[in-house]
This record gives sequence, structure tokens and C-alpha cells, in this order.
Amino acid sequence: MLSKPHGTRPGQPRSERPASRKLAAPRWADELRKLYDDVVSEPLPDSFNDLLKKLDRADDD
Amino acid sequence: MMTDGASHSGRDGPQDDFRSALLGLIPHLRAFARGLCGRPDLADDLVQETVMKAWAARERYEAGTNMKAWTFRILRNHFLNEIRRSSRMTEMDEGAEDLHLVAAPAQEDALHVSDLQSALYRLPKERREALLLVGAGGFSYEEAAQVCGVPVGTIKSRVARGRAQLMAILGE
Repeated sequence: MLSKPHGTRPGQPRSERPASRKLAAPRWADELRKLYDDVVSEPLPDSFNDLLKKLDRADDD
Repeated sequence: MMTDGASHSGRDGPQDDFRSALLGLIPHLRAFARGLCGRPDLADDLVQETVMKAWAARERYEAGTNMKAWTFRILRNHFLNEIRRSSRMTEMDEGAEDLHLVAAPAQEDALHVSDLQSALYRLPKERREALLLVGAGGFSYEEAAQVCGVPVGTIKSRVARGRAQLMAILGE
């Protein structure tokens, strides 16, 4: 235990509550980003190979 | 084979630019679609249809504007239309709103479903998409507002509420 609790000084504005710092990067936020980034870095499934041809065909119509 | 396209006319320069930019966005579109609907197969269908729609609408894209936000908006609107359509088709099922497209993450993926994922699909879809765009996709509030067609303040509040709700569900 630290003996000097800085947060309890009377004149101190309470803007820097520890809770708000914790909100900055909770575990789930990293996980959410990872969920998304993992899909971004997946190789494209084969079904996407035909897409180029479809675009070309759409052009001819 | 691919070079055949170039013989059509001289207009192909900007078209090719548009096309490679569009194709380059596919991985991001897939991530967003997966997050929206939770089903990899349906998500990829959504993305393919989105790319076709974006291609068909390419004349309406203003060069130099945010193409990622533009395509995400197409995807998002298409997704919502599909939900409406599928709920019309299954209207016998009372209240089965998000039935097929927003299933709880598919059974076959059970191994990969995290607490976060299941929590995500318990959020209203407006909050889920806001969190996906801002929290995962790195969109600014302004860009996310553009994608969803709502004021910036609305996105901010959806993100805040979505975060709070996620944390409540996850018990963090």
C-alpha cells in the first residue's frame, strides 16, 4: 500500500479517475480488433476468383 | 486473358484504378460483413454482391472521396435489405427478425466462438455495427456516420452504449 493517496487531495479535480484509464484499452477491445483483423488477413476463398470474371462480364453487358 | 479488357477503349485507365481499389477493399469488406452477420458463408455472399453493386454504381463514385466508406455503406445497406427480405419471407416466425443473417454464430464454428463474439451478437445491430466500424475497423466517428447515414452524435452514442452493454455482458 502506498501511504500517500494522491487522489484524495481536496483541491484535485476528479477528472483522472482510474476507472476512465481502464476504459482506454479493456481486453475485449483488443479482442474485437483482433477478430476483425484476423478476417482481413485471411487469404481470399476460391469463390472470389470468379468475381473478377463477373466484373468483366458485367462490363460487356 | 485479363488484358482483353484493355482493348475495349481508352476509358479503361480510371476503370482499372477503380477496380483494383475495389478489389483491394475486399478483405476489409469481408471483416465487416463477418462482424455484421456472424456467418462466414453468408458474409462472403454479401461481400460478392457488394462488389458487384459497387462496380455497377461506379459512375456514381466521386473520385478522391472515401471509397472504403462508400463500399461499406453499400454493404451495410445491402445487409439490412437482406434482413428485411428474409424476415418477410419468414413472417410466420413471429419476431424472428434477424433470423438467417444474424444467427448466433454458427454451430460448426463453435470452437472459434469467443465470449466476445456471442456478446457482440446480443447487441442491437446498430450498436454492433458502430462498434465494428469504430472499435475494430479503425473508422473515425465521421466515417462511421457516413457509412450508417446518421449524424456523428448518433454514432458516438451508439459506440458508447455498445461498449457499456458489452462490458455489462462480459462482466468486465
